[in-house]
Amino acid sequence: MSGSTNRYTVPPTVTVLTVMKARLVGATKGHALLKKKADALTVRYRQLLREIVEAKNGMGDAMKGSFFSLAEAKYAGGDSIKHTVFDNVDRATLKVYSSQENIAGVKIPKFESVSEPGETKMELTGLGKGGQQIQGCRKAYLSAIQLLVQLANLQTAFMTLDVALKVTNRRVNALENVVKPKIENTIAYIKGELDELEREEFFRLKKVQKNKQKVAAQELARKEAQAAEAAAAYDTGLMQDNTNGITSANLLTASNDADLVF
Amino acid sequence: MARIDQEGSLVAVIADEDTITGFLLAGVGDVDIRKRSNFLVVDSKTTVRTIEASFKDFTNREDIAIILISQPIANMIRHVVANHNKPVPALLEIPSKDSPYDPNQDSLLTRVKHLLGLV
Repeated sequence: MSGSTNRYTVPPTVTVLTVMKARLVGATKGHALLKKKADALTVRYRQLLREIVEAKNGMGDAMKGSFFSLAEAKYAGGDSIKHTVFDNVDRATLKVYSSQENIAGVKIPKFESVSEPGETKMELTGLGKGGQQIQGCRKAYLSAIQLLVQLANLQTAFMTLDVALKVTNRRVNALENVVKPKIENTIAYIKGELDELEREEFFRLKKVQKNKQKVAAQELARKEAQAAEAAAAYDTGLMQDNTNGITSANLLTASNDADLVF
Repeated sequence: MARIDQEGSLVAVIADEDTITGFLLAGVGDVDIRKRSNFLVVDSKTTVRTIEASFKDFTNREDIAIILISQPIANMIRHVVANHNKPVPALLEIPSKDSPYDPNQDSLLTRVKHLLGLV
């Protein structure tokens, strides 16, 4: 669509103009709000990016410590602990609870790892041999998981924000570059049409007035002529009356009178 | 902040045997009534197809919130990992015991670094 035709197809009336103006106000307000939202998200997004890079780099070290303690445990407890551990797997004791965090109306899932307290089979692993190392290894992995869950948090937040930010920016741009110009074009079109109509109406009124004046002038002229005529007729009538009074002084003498029929 | 599910979700692990041993010790392991586990031990005999299948299975499970995958294994199924773009379950690449953690291979980290302009 070209610039001039990029408008809504609406009848150019005052009512529609009011509606369009209201829509423009709405679009402007929405644009401002979305822009604010996008800004808030961007602030959080940038903050997250740095945190993620730091956490990812920290994860390498944490995992290294865990691996080392596992090696210790294996050395102390023998290679058989592997099988004991695999055989003892039952329901998970370490679970992740998710909650939601709200950033400028964007819901971000937030994880929290919870290790269920109580006696688990894993606590008894290595009771016969290398128990301390195994428990140390267990603790090391527990803390590693805490870290990993934190990292998962950051990552999830990053991905959710990424999507939300894209959507918001798209909306902001759409309002700015498509919706608002379209409404503005429509308003300009309606205003132009209304002005045009007004000019036509003015011209029409002028024409009507001219016509009326012409008619009135003609009427006046006719009346004047009539009045002059009447005045002249009055004068001659008087004279006729005088002559008539003499000729028909006696009605009975008139021979050619029409009969009166009742 | 209200908790959505009171039941809690699981952490799935796809890694080598030793790494999984450690995580199982911490108590992430879960085997349900139908003998369905939330971890996959990958050794030299495990085929890529198996890894792919269980990765897809983990991503589609409702009760899994986080998937930990060892980086060398993630590289084996990179095309599947790269296609995973849902926020939940969150996919985390962890370093493996044998190979040190290489931040440049992480698909998410490369994106982050690209956005930060660190590349």
